[in-house]
Amino acid sequence: MASGRGILKYDWSIILLYGVLVGIGWMNIYSASLSDTASSFFDFSQIYTKQLFFIVMSILLIIFILAIEAKFYERFSSVIYIVSLLSLIGLFIFGKNVNGATSWYGFGSFGLQPSEFAKAATALALAKYVSDIQTNIKEFKHQLRTFIIIALPAILIIPQPDPGSALIYAAFVFPLYREGLHFVYLLLVFFGAGLFVGTLLFGVTWVILGVVLIAGILFLRNRKKRPKLFKYLIIIGACIGFSFSVNYIFNNVFEQRHRDRFNIVLGKEVDAKGIGYNTNQSEIAIGSGGWTGKGWTQGTQTKGNFVPEQQTDYIFSTVGEEWGFLGSILVVLLFVSLILRILYLAEKQKNQFSRVYGYSVASILFLHFFVNVGMVTGLFPTVGIPLPFFSYGGSSLWGFTILLFIFVRLDASNYYYS
Amino acid sequence: MRKLLLFSIVLITGVVFAGRLFYLQIYDTSFQKLSENNAINIIYDYPPRGYIFDRNGTLLVSNQPSYDVMVIPRNVKPLDTLEFCEILRITKEDFKSILEKATIYSPRLPSVVIPQLTKEEYAYLSEKMHKYEGFYIQKRSLRDYQVDHSANVLGYIAEVNNRIIEKNPYYQMGDLIGMQGVERQYEEVLRGVKGVKYIQKDRFNRDIGPYKDGVFDTLPERGKDITLTIDAVLQEYGEALMVNKRGGIVAIEPATGEILTLVTAPNYDPSLLVGRERSRNFTKLYYDTIAKPLFDRGLQGEYPPGSPFKTLTALIGLQEGVIDTKETVSCHGGYIYGRGRKLGCHHHYSPLAMVAGIANSCNAYFCTVYRRAIEKYPSPQEGIDNWHDHLASFGLDQFMGYDLPSGRPGYIPDAKYYNRSYNYPTYKWFATATISNAIGQGEVSLTPMQMANFAATIANRGWYYKPHVIKNIGGTDTIPTVYTEKHHTTIEPRFFEPVVEGMFDVYNKGTASHIQIPGIEICGKTGTAENFIRVNGKRMQLTDHSIFVAFAPKDDPKIAIAVFVENGYWGSRWAGRIAGLMIEKYLKGEITRTDMEDFVLNGSLEAEYAKPYSGEPFKINQ
Repeated sequence: MASGRGILKYDWSIILLYGVLVGIGWMNIYSASLSDTASSFFDFSQIYTKQLFFIVMSILLIIFILAIEAKFYERFSSVIYIVSLLSLIGLFIFGKNVNGATSWYGFGSFGLQPSEFAKAATALALAKYVSDIQTNIKEFKHQLRTFIIIALPAILIIPQPDPGSALIYAAFVFPLYREGLHFVYLLLVFFGAGLFVGTLLFGVTWVILGVVLIAGILFLRNRKKRPKLFKYLIIIGACIGFSFSVNYIFNNVFEQRHRDRFNIVLGKEVDAKGIGYNTNQSEIAIGSGGWTGKGWTQGTQTKGNFVPEQQTDYIFSTVGEEWGFLGSILVVLLFVSLILRILYLAEKQKNQFSRVYGYSVASILFLHFFVNVGMVTGLFPTVGIPLPFFSYGGSSLWGFTILLFIFVRLDASNYYYS
Repeated sequence: MRKLLLFSIVLITGVVFAGRLFYLQIYDTSFQKLSENNAINIIYDYPPRGYIFDRNGTLLVSNQPSYDVMVIPRNVKPLDTLEFCEILRITKEDFKSILEKATIYSPRLPSVVIPQLTKEEYAYLSEKMHKYEGFYIQKRSLRDYQVDHSANVLGYIAEVNNRIIEKNPYYQMGDLIGMQGVERQYEEVLRGVKGVKYIQKDRFNRDIGPYKDGVFDTLPERGKDITLTIDAVLQEYGEALMVNKRGGIVAIEPATGEILTLVTAPNYDPSLLVGRERSRNFTKLYYDTIAKPLFDRGLQGEYPPGSPFKTLTALIGLQEGVIDTKETVSCHGGYIYGRGRKLGCHHHYSPLAMVAGIANSCNAYFCTVYRRAIEKYPSPQEGIDNWHDHLASFGLDQFMGYDLPSGRPGYIPDAKYYNRSYNYPTYKWFATATISNAIGQGEVSLTPMQMANFAATIANRGWYYKPHVIKNIGGTDTIPTVYTEKHHTTIEPRFFEPVVEGMFDVYNKGTASHIQIPGIEICGKTGTAENFIRVNGKRMQLTDHSIFVAFAPKDDPKIAIAVFVENGYWGSRWAGRIAGLMIEKYLKGEITRTDMEDFVLNGSLEAEYAKPYSGEPFKINQ
């Protein structure tokens, strides 16, 4: 080890926040899976035991990650990235279909989901490329290469199909913006993501109507500055073209199983009554929590299994129901603290690689948190992605653990970097 | 700037989420209810209703199991409607409309589809119910009447309606509640407390165990038995005597205020209002607007009291000191007042003092006393109000506070009433304008219950307990304390003796001398009250009401009674006889005056009652 400060060199506030989040997460998974009688391919009575096993494994993983020399991650980032891409490609051949998505490698009753690990790999590769002395993020050539690094895993993930996980790659626009990318790209990415989700959720017609309406309002407001109508028309045309192509790809390139999975992720499948069943039940669960909640394992919504996917994507509704407003706020506070702490440390990194990587970690955690809690509390449309450290699942927990602790390792070596 | 963007977005997101959580969890409280609807199923366990006994321990009302077919509309799955309707024995249209109504009431709360199945129907149905999701059979306890009388006292139970549910959240659709009589009065005692089980459901509406391990569950609490003051034998006898007559009998034990008998005629068999025929029977009773079997004449009938009221006039006269027992008043076929106006009287010897005045029911005597009692005061207003207050101390002109839910206050006019009706002070009025009050006609009206109560008060020589039907609750001797408080009248006890003597002479040698029963000293007063009705807007006079108010024995009275027979002509003709028979039945347990009994049991006034509705001219008082 390069350090002479022993274990004190690690940022213990991050480790503590991680531990608390994983701990609370497990308690909620325990509660959510306790009385589950729904028949599925999992033996639900053991879900919390499995998660406990995942947590123990994570600790081993952490020790392993921290034991490795910090420079290893920078040097081998390309290798890790390529291995990760290969693991995603390999799914097309060896992948195991679970719930309509071929996102898994099966090992007996366990499965590994490479897309959860690809995030960390992509973050490493991105950090490596951007921090390269020859890379200038303001040049189009380098922007294109950066885009390819980010887009490759996302493109491989979409046809699994797992649009939710792919969407998360939009988070990388934050570190790039931090490193000097023009603000327009930031807007473009989120507008594009909005159009993507909007098209799938509401259909082309509504998206076009919305785009035309917004453009029209902007155009009329800027009339005095003699805006170029041509420019507006091009942008509108591009948006409509994008929306149509998303729609075309969805309906013609993808097979029915893809579409089914998309619909599950976007919450259209279970919503037989057309009133947003998931969101509705989730809101009821959270809303019935009141100030202090119904108490651990006492949630009626949770016990009655009213919220679908409650151990995974909707785990936050258990927090809301059983721990109430105080508990939910605590969890929000923990996440915000963790993300801000990472951002703070990222800014303090002396070397660009660590900074970009740290920023990527914060961005990915944030986007997960933002989309997930937004969905569960009914603020945003349904996009099925897990809540970091909370949602049930080994790959997800390990993926986030690796992502986070590589940064903890990098941060620990901050002062010793040359 | 670039450094701060994500920082700010994270912070803003945190604040927005906090706000959203506050809105969901604290501000908007509707989710709590939604969650309960979702996840908790409430199952009720109905305890058996308390039994009702008469004063001698005879069982009047017990329970029988009953089974209702219930539905929770939300849980109904597509079903073979034709087959189901056949099993339930209803038409498809009825079934549809029942289901629609239930859905409108609440898709998630149970509603009744078919109430009160018989045991056979239940046995047949219970095998097949599992086929019809959303439907189930709820066991309830229905009343089982051991007697065919006392319906007006016992009342009945019926399904709660929406109005009751809104007012009292204890009740759910399909619950039974006491609607009349003691069933209503002592509802909370009789019903007990239903047990509640909260069952946790999952999203397929399957039970997954007790909610919170059952900490909110309660066990049912059995309803308490109650014992009434009613004497079932006397009550049954009274109802038998009143067959084919209309009116009421109220008998009270003077020493306690316990109601021994409360008969209204016509009455109905209480078991008519149980079971599947209930609503049809109820409709029939409810829409009989002429005989009005649901109208409790003993409590609700406000009648001119007639001559028995003279005993009160005498008492007030004595108390006010405007007459004594020795002074005689002469009668020349009536009482002459004002410009040649005369209130007629029947033939009797003259002049009369108080005892003879009561015995002979002399109108002139009581008009004189009444007028003096009013004119003693500087103005007729003061006089009338003073008179009114004396009568109010007998429980008149008020709801008496007995423990039955129906009743009327009767009416005793006061100065305000006469000022209004004579348009005072533009026009003046005097005691003579109200002279009919002296003899219990005019504006005065009493219910038979009030008549019985003043009889009991005279029997007690000046005090009474509020009449009541409750003897004990749940085997303990505690009854509401309002019924153990003595009410003293404004008349001094010493003034009662002459009135009692007068009433004794009524029976001994006066207007009721022909109902004498060997061995029993009865004090009574006959009454014959003119009355009028309106048929199709036309006022017509009907045959006089027959009234008798009495208590017995004269010393240490055991029973005070008021009998009122509508259009029974003169007092002793029907009411006197019935009162005599009732007193003998109660005191001796057997009837020696079988001649009188035959007359009453075989007599009918139905022809009399049909007269005004025949559409033809008719004669009265024949």
